[in-house]
Amino acid sequence: MEFVLAIIVGILATSAFYLMLRRSLVKVILGMVFLGNAVNLTIFSVARVTKGFAAFIPENANTLEGTYADPLPQALILTAIVIGFGTQAFAIALFRKAFQKVGDDDLDKMNSTDIMCNEDIPGGK
Amino acid sequence: MFLAVLSGFIVACIVPLIFKLNRKVAGALLSVLPLSLFIYYLQFIPNVLAGEKIYATFYWIPFLKINLNFLIDGLNLLFALIISGIGFVVYLYASAYLAKSEKIVPFYIYISIFMASMLGVVTCDNTLALFVFWELTSISSFLLIGFNHEQERSRYAALQSLLVTAGGGLALLASVIMLGQITGTYEISQMSDSHSNIISNLLYPSILILFLIGTFTKSAQFPFHFWLPNAMEAPTPVSAYLHSATMVKAGVFLMIKFLPILGGTDLWMWLLGGFGGWTMLMASSMALKQTDLKRLLAYSTVSVLGTLTMLIGLGGEKAVSAMIVYLFAHSLYKGALFLTAGIIDHETGTRDIRNIGELRKYLPITTIIGVLAALSGMGIIPFIGFIGKEMLYEATLQSGVYSPLFITITVISAINIFAVMAYSGILPFFGEFKSPSEHVAEAPFQMTSGPVALALLGLVFGVFASSTVDGITNKSLQSIFPLASHHLALFHGFNLPLLLSLLTIAIGLVLIAKRKPLVSFIEKIRIPEYFFPSKWYDYIFNGTLDFAEIQTKFLQNGHLRYYIFTILALFILLVGGSFFGFNTSESILNSIAISIERSLNGIDIYDISMLITVLIASVFALLSQGRLSAIASMGIVGALISLIYIIYGAPDLAMTQLSIETLSVILFVLVLYKLPRFFIHSKLKTRIRDLVIALAFGSLFSMIIIFVSAYGKYDNGLSEYFAQTSYLIGHGKNIVNVILVDFRGFDTMGEITVLSIAAVGVYSLLRLRKQGEEQ
Repeated sequence: MEFVLAIIVGILATSAFYLMLRRSLVKVILGMVFLGNAVNLTIFSVARVTKGFAAFIPENANTLEGTYADPLPQALILTAIVIGFGTQAFAIALFRKAFQKVGDDDLDKMNSTDIMCNEDIPGGK
Repeated sequence: MFLAVLSGFIVACIVPLIFKLNRKVAGALLSVLPLSLFIYYLQFIPNVLAGEKIYATFYWIPFLKINLNFLIDGLNLLFALIISGIGFVVYLYASAYLAKSEKIVPFYIYISIFMASMLGVVTCDNTLALFVFWELTSISSFLLIGFNHEQERSRYAALQSLLVTAGGGLALLASVIMLGQITGTYEISQMSDSHSNIISNLLYPSILILFLIGTFTKSAQFPFHFWLPNAMEAPTPVSAYLHSATMVKAGVFLMIKFLPILGGTDLWMWLLGGFGGWTMLMASSMALKQTDLKRLLAYSTVSVLGTLTMLIGLGGEKAVSAMIVYLFAHSLYKGALFLTAGIIDHETGTRDIRNIGELRKYLPITTIIGVLAALSGMGIIPFIGFIGKEMLYEATLQSGVYSPLFITITVISAINIFAVMAYSGILPFFGEFKSPSEHVAEAPFQMTSGPVALALLGLVFGVFASSTVDGITNKSLQSIFPLASHHLALFHGFNLPLLLSLLTIAIGLVLIAKRKPLVSFIEKIRIPEYFFPSKWYDYIFNGTLDFAEIQTKFLQNGHLRYYIFTILALFILLVGGSFFGFNTSESILNSIAISIERSLNGIDIYDISMLITVLIASVFALLSQGRLSAIASMGIVGALISLIYIIYGAPDLAMTQLSIETLSVILFVLVLYKLPRFFIHSKLKTRIRDLVIALAFGSLFSMIIIFVSAYGKYDNGLSEYFAQTSYLIGHGKNIVNVILVDFRGFDTMGEITVLSIAAVGVYSLLRLRKQGEEQ
């Protein structure tokens, strides 16, 4: 089971790295999303994984016994997913603003702090 | 004692206030500070003469042995008196000299900080605390040299002096720490007990060299001497105070203090004697050709500092007592001469000795100061300078096997100094009248009274040497050699030193008469510029800047993907390196086998189909040229991951992942769907290179998970704790939820904060516009 997860993580991490090296800012943001997913899954799989048993305490019990999925990494990942979304939303908004100003999503045209303000940019509102 | 040192720092804080209250008398009012310090230190004289040593301890960081321990013995007291006494003269002088300057307030702030730090240097017994004061003097010197900071030259000189002296300070710190390690104490007064231990230690040469880098930079010894003439960019009172009478003597002070600790070896003698002697000879010769009054005096100061260093290198009782008297005499006459130069500059508007002459008619008092001080510097009887020079000759003559060498360079330098003193203190007042300004008038009394006192003291201390300064110089000598004593007298009988003095005067008079041919002769001597240490400084300085530029261009190239590349490549290198470095290839292969074997047991159709779908979706995201299709495949991957969470018993994660992924896709589509298709920006070669590195990155991730799941021991103590107590303590049956809102509630609060900040950021990016910009 871990083996399958490991391969999936590998695929995601490869895609993430490759996307982040592109010149298009959209692809870099996509790469960030992929990397976030890869890292979350890594945390998930290096803790032990079990199929099916969610960490719920049964209706008529006070404690949880037997086999159950580890709740701790789940809690950590949940936080990570939400924060990842926050940064992602910010990155998308930033991209939109940058695209309005520069008129392109080519990162090589964004390496100066002095950007010409062009009002007639295709795609800008 | 601590308060005495601290008072300067306190006064520095209220200087602006004093100037706000009354600008006219503020300078005079501030002069009360050095005056009262001077009186404070004077009252220690009876105790010190009685042979006492006064200690005062203030704990600062006791467990690191860093304490503000102050000690007043003969030598420390002598220096404290020089600092506060000349400080008084300079404070008073500056109140008139800078009266019209707007920067008089910062001047008094800096100089008060300096005086306090300098008093700290000479009275502090703890080497680590001393280092703090030592660096503070460098910093205040930097501020004062850069006083006219709108001039490029001032800034250059200020930075140069800071880099040289503060850099030297770091070397000094290293050496006192090593000394502390060897002796087990940081108190100067206790270190001399371990003298034999120190000089037999393997580290001794490095300690000594680091120590000397610190003191040589401060006291402007070759090859670090170049900063001092450049430091003449500072206002003249500063030059008189910091760069002749006090701060530059800090290095000499520390060397004499450390003579009983580090001295007494051949290495000590050769390093100090050699560099000191060479500095003395070189600087006095270079002084001859200077035309700027202050540079003339600066080079002669460097030369005198060289003489003092050489004497400490020779190291006997005679040498040390000569060094103390010579230093004392120098502080008096050189301070007065600098202030004279300041008056000339202030009244005539120039410091070029070629453009001034016969000023005695207009500056009668200044003439007296200049002549008296110069005579002391020339070593004419009956000034204290004469006594100092006689003792210098005597000590050099008795310095052992190499005394012929040392006495030769000493006499040559003394002849040079003789001429230089006359050029700077006597010639401007006589001869044919020359001045750029027609209206030359005597300076106000604040500027003349102090130098008059200094110049007259040179005479009084010479004539009445045995009844005035004899006591304190004896006690200073006994700070180093407890059993030694000397007797100061004007006349020692007809002996070799006297003869050498007469020779010095005779040749010196010739140099004075023949100044023009002499200067043109010296100027004919051409030395390639790469022999000058000041050029070495420029090379190193510019080289550092060039290197910084190159590596900035390389690392901060403005291309985001290269930054990401650097970061991730380093990650691969460090994590991968340690992973493959610490584990054998056998165990790694074995872990794959274990992992596959285990997985084959539990594998089902879901796993296989997920794997394939993720692969297809990822490849599609990589290759797709349409933005929307790339986003769609990102959404598919996200949905699949939430499927994984469901299968492996994490329903909360699955729910969050799914909703977040949906939101992301919507956001992306809203922003992006009007945009054109992707362009392929990079070449095929680049893409293949990126893919190879990306594959390495991804495989590393996989390998680590496989290896950890095969061998790693997972400590689930915390999870068990949560499973046991979630309901009983947290009152919730969904353990993940309880962890988030209860056990790790603070994490969640941080998470919410991050989200709110991101939300504010998004809002301001999308909504806020410049005024007038259309929606």
